[in-house]
Amino acid sequence: MSEIKKIEEVNEDISWRDITPGGIAPWAGGAEAFTTGDWRTMRPVLIEDKCTGCLLCWPTCPDTSIMPTDDGKIKYDYDHCKGCGICVETDRS
Amino acid sequence: MGKMIEIRWHGRGGQGAKTASLLLAEALFNTGKYIQGFPEYGPERSGAPLTAYNRISDEPIRVHSNIYEPDYVVVVDETLLAAVDVTAGLKETGGIVINTPKSPEEIRHYLKDYKGKVGTVDAKKISEEELGRYFPNVPMLGAIMAMTGLVEKEQFIKSMEESFHHKFATKPEVIDGNMRALKRSMEEVIIS
Amino acid sequence: MLRQIDPDVVAAFPITPSTEVPQYFSQFVANGQVRTEFVAVESEHSAMSACIGAEAAGARTMTATSSQGLALMWEMLYIAASMRLPIVMTTVNRALSAPINIHNDHSDAMGARDSGWVQIYNENNQEAYDSLIMAIRVAEHADVQLPVMICYDGFITSHSVENIMLLEDDLVKSFVGEYKPQYSLLDKEHPVSMGMFDLPAFYFEHKRQQAEAIKNAKQVLIDVQNEFAKISGRQYGLFEEYKLDDADIAIVIANSTAGTAKDTVDMLREQGVKAGLLKIRLFRPFPADEIVKALSHVKAVAVMDKAEGFSAAGGPIFVDVRSAMYGKADGIKVINYIYGLGGRDVGVYDVKRVYDHLQTIADSGQIDNLYNYLGIRE
Repeated sequence: MSEIKKIEEVNEDISWRDITPGGIAPWAGGAEAFTTGDWRTMRPVLIEDKCTGCLLCWPTCPDTSIMPTDDGKIKYDYDHCKGCGICVETDRS
Repeated sequence: MGKMIEIRWHGRGGQGAKTASLLLAEALFNTGKYIQGFPEYGPERSGAPLTAYNRISDEPIRVHSNIYEPDYVVVVDETLLAAVDVTAGLKETGGIVINTPKSPEEIRHYLKDYKGKVGTVDAKKISEEELGRYFPNVPMLGAIMAMTGLVEKEQFIKSMEESFHHKFATKPEVIDGNMRALKRSMEEVIIS
Repeated sequence: MLRQIDPDVVAAFPITPSTEVPQYFSQFVANGQVRTEFVAVESEHSAMSACIGAEAAGARTMTATSSQGLALMWEMLYIAASMRLPIVMTTVNRALSAPINIHNDHSDAMGARDSGWVQIYNENNQEAYDSLIMAIRVAEHADVQLPVMICYDGFITSHSVENIMLLEDDLVKSFVGEYKPQYSLLDKEHPVSMGMFDLPAFYFEHKRQQAEAIKNAKQVLIDVQNEFAKISGRQYGLFEEYKLDDADIAIVIANSTAGTAKDTVDMLREQGVKAGLLKIRLFRPFPADEIVKALSHVKAVAVMDKAEGFSAAGGPIFVDVRSAMYGKADGIKVINYIYGLGGRDVGVYDVKRVYDHLQTIADSGQIDNLYNYLGIRE
């Protein structure tokens, strides 16, 4: 069994000899490699003027796709945001 | 295989026949013999008839069945004579020892006139006098060893003392009484 | 033996006749004779679940069970094996309900034979002790990484006092060594996820890999047994052959009755009958080729199962042995005997009846009855 260095190597071409034992995922943050943003049908858009930077939306995002920015506001990680809309529901302004 | 000695114990639940068979195994193990000690487990009820077994040999023991043709039988409770066929398969070259105040002559009648050695010992009296309670198993252990002579007497007594110190590590006060009961029954057993 | 191995975690629930294993072990824990974390659980399902959690966290983990307890573990047995967690368990063999029976047969472990656990069967206390020490090494070997079940007979072996040679504590400790898992949930430098969801695109590959791992267990066991022989003087094989070299008739049998049957073989040999015996040790993986080779010269074989397979086509060991022989040893007559269910005692003369039957088959070249029940009341 050759050692797998990164999760991208576990794809549908991998042989039984090389796949990780027992389906273990020996990497942290493997979800980053999957662009689940592809699944999105509606996308959140930040209205800069209205955002107060309260960050109430930030802990509610199931995909950790809301990232605080240096100017005290937020931006979206569209590679992983599935467009669920929870952040929109949470928004106060 | 030829030198293997097999012993069958008949007792009632709570009288310590199983413990006696395990103690016998341990004591003879200490003298360098190959041994087996095992009970025939059933529904474990106080007072119900039960059977336990010993095999003793100078060679490793491989057989793992119950014993059907014992060399010796120990009857820990006299009332079993009416309930159990205690001499079933018992070899006439061997013997049977029974806990009873009766003599071997009186008891042989209850044993379908068994032709081998018959030994009797009043384990109840010995136990009550030495331990203050009725535990017939240790006196019966002394009696069967006196009958079989499997190991030299002093060696057996020494080995039993070691076993008692191990078994009664948490209640050493009972060791002396058990040792007295053991030695007395080795002296008092009547064999004919 | 558990004390000498001093595992990191033992999670167990008491059930007759394996109760004494966790009972005595918890005394060692209470007395400070081991450093083990003893987890008292509320069922066997929880016991195996706790073992899985502990092993995944990188702890050397052991447990014990019997009969219904093993049955209740069923779901988790497969998970332990599929997650490649090298848990070691003593299975003190007992019949399965119903009707309720606490006595020995092999129904419990035979039912778990396809769960992905390595299974080793043992004739007596000595062999069980030795196998348990070796099991740690087999389970944790990089080529295996699978749980191992050490099976021996309830009461007959578990509650019998017999001679045993123990190894020194230090010797056992150095033989089993320190457990260094490749992956562990508590390794914060190398975080991992376990127990993943597997889609059809990957599940099949994982099963194929698991099949390879249990296949590897055979060679690993051979190596570990050879190494163990050096420290103990006791050499074990994948199975044991007793007077099989020149035998005309032979039985295949597992656990304590194999010892009884050896006395039968000796008795028959004195009468001039060329009787032999093959004692199963490693049953999963099944050393098919080696067993066929060992039996290749006999005229008739009786495979003895202490479990009714309810396949209406023979007991579990019989099915494996006969299937292994197909195409490789076709001339040999093979029959099946079911024996000793629910603790029915089997003595030297009972086994002799099997050899007598084999002798008539060997003489006539005809099998009169393929599936037989030893000592059943007709």
